[in-house]
Amino acid sequence: MDVYLPIANLSVNGLVIVGLGALTGLLSGMFGVGGGFLTTPLLIFYGVPPTVAAASAASQVTGASVSGVFAHYRRGGVDFQMGGVMVAGGVIGTAMGAVLFRLFEELGQIDTVINVLYVVLLGSIGILMGRESIQAITAEKTGTQVPARKRRHHPLVANLPMRWRFYRSGLYISPLAPLFIGMVVGILTMLMGIGGGFVLVPAMLYILGMSAGVVVGTSLFQILFVTMATTMMHSLTTKAVDIVLAALLLIGSVTGAQLGAQFAQKINPSRLRLVLAALVLLVALRMALGLGYRPDEIYSVAPL
Amino acid sequence: MRAALAILLLVLLGGARDPILVPEISQHEIRLRQGFTGTELLLFGAILNPQGTRAGQDYDIVVVLKGPTESIVLREKQKVAGMWINADSTELRSAPSYYALASSKPIADIVDEKTAAIYELGLQWLQLSPIGAIDPDEQARFSKGLVDLKTRNGLYRQDEAGVQIKEQVLYQARMYLPSSVPIGTYTAETFAITDGRVVTSASSSVDVRKLGFERAVADFADDRSFFYGVIAVAISILMGWLAGRLFALV
Repeated sequence: MDVYLPIANLSVNGLVIVGLGALTGLLSGMFGVGGGFLTTPLLIFYGVPPTVAAASAASQVTGASVSGVFAHYRRGGVDFQMGGVMVAGGVIGTAMGAVLFRLFEELGQIDTVINVLYVVLLGSIGILMGRESIQAITAEKTGTQVPARKRRHHPLVANLPMRWRFYRSGLYISPLAPLFIGMVVGILTMLMGIGGGFVLVPAMLYILGMSAGVVVGTSLFQILFVTMATTMMHSLTTKAVDIVLAALLLIGSVTGAQLGAQFAQKINPSRLRLVLAALVLLVALRMALGLGYRPDEIYSVAPL
Repeated sequence: MRAALAILLLVLLGGARDPILVPEISQHEIRLRQGFTGTELLLFGAILNPQGTRAGQDYDIVVVLKGPTESIVLREKQKVAGMWINADSTELRSAPSYYALASSKPIADIVDEKTAAIYELGLQWLQLSPIGAIDPDEQARFSKGLVDLKTRNGLYRQDEAGVQIKEQVLYQARMYLPSSVPIGTYTAETFAITDGRVVTSASSSVDVRKLGFERAVADFADDRSFFYGVIAVAISILMGWLAGRLFALV
């Protein structure tokens, strides 16, 4: 089934794109991450221009996180106060990201920046997550308790001025910390076309020390709004959102996300995290090799 | 009909020393829309002596189809500190977005280099107009890189046996346009060459454009980018919500 993409200016096999969306949707449903970290590179690999890929992948993440937010909301798993602060940071972040995107594009280094960010971020988070899940699995096997963490949140967070009470998260901290985290995630979303869930969840757990029950729901809430802002920002600045491409991805990913969520309930969470860690590391490794090996295309063209 | 009239007119006028060239294209408009996966254009026509007799033996035919030129930045990756990154670049003011050439014999056998350069006959003779002074070696390297890249994308091609001349009167060449073909007005030029000289040429145009839904989407994204963004967001929320509801029923 050939589909002509009016913004990307090329013809693609529609079923392949739907399948791609389904695959990333499945992952997002299973692991509670957006799946954008897979969509963007795979689209580029398929021949879609990088800017169009990053811009259109964001709207797919929006679709995949909508039903997740509703599900967590019904269970009381969303801290709207914390989420609101992070969204505010996220919107500022996307605006900053848009400026950076344009700057790197003019310098001709946007591809390199995106690649290096992928390698560094995915690499470090994959290692952290992998280590943590292996510890958890061995602890389950031997029956020993995982030693409790000594401190609640990062000392830097405790030192920030102006404290607010976040009841649902069980925290009394400065709103500047979640604002800043939201901002960083916003920048990454704009640059990489990812939802940022895999950055946000560890940051909420280990830097802010939020209670685990609200982490996934609140992260999805923030992702939902930040990817919406990203789609808007891309349509206003790069004009690279391909609505046909996004719709095809969405058809796959929203169904995949539902299936993934049902699937996830049947599997041990520590093992699930280990699989995700392996996957994340795999993508990072592929990207790292891509930087080091001689690329297929030495030359690239951009409009003046 | 018009072509026939033109021949008649030229024959009647007689006297002229130049051969008569009557080019035609199978399609003057290419529509980019759903289902478009690339297309083939047939560029054909007749070549006659000034006297109106068969002329195919005496002339070589070169057909060039050229897309609108663009100003581009051409970047070159080099290995810096173990990573392949864009290290060098050049700005070109007139790179054709599409260029296809077909000829009845290898270009080098038909014309000398000077003539080839003047008429832009061949990928190596594209006039790219680099901005600023850069040395010839570097310019040649960048041109070669661009041609190589575009050739592999199917946007530049050169077929030096692509023109068939039948019965010494009719010539034809097939040119392929891939699905990623840029929009704009293309010019198709036909050259009749003898003794290393271009004796006559004729040109016509082909419009490549988006139509219907595809055109509407592209225009909408450009002109009303805010509403376009709102609609993109609305679609993604609606589809996500709908899927959630549907699966809740299952």
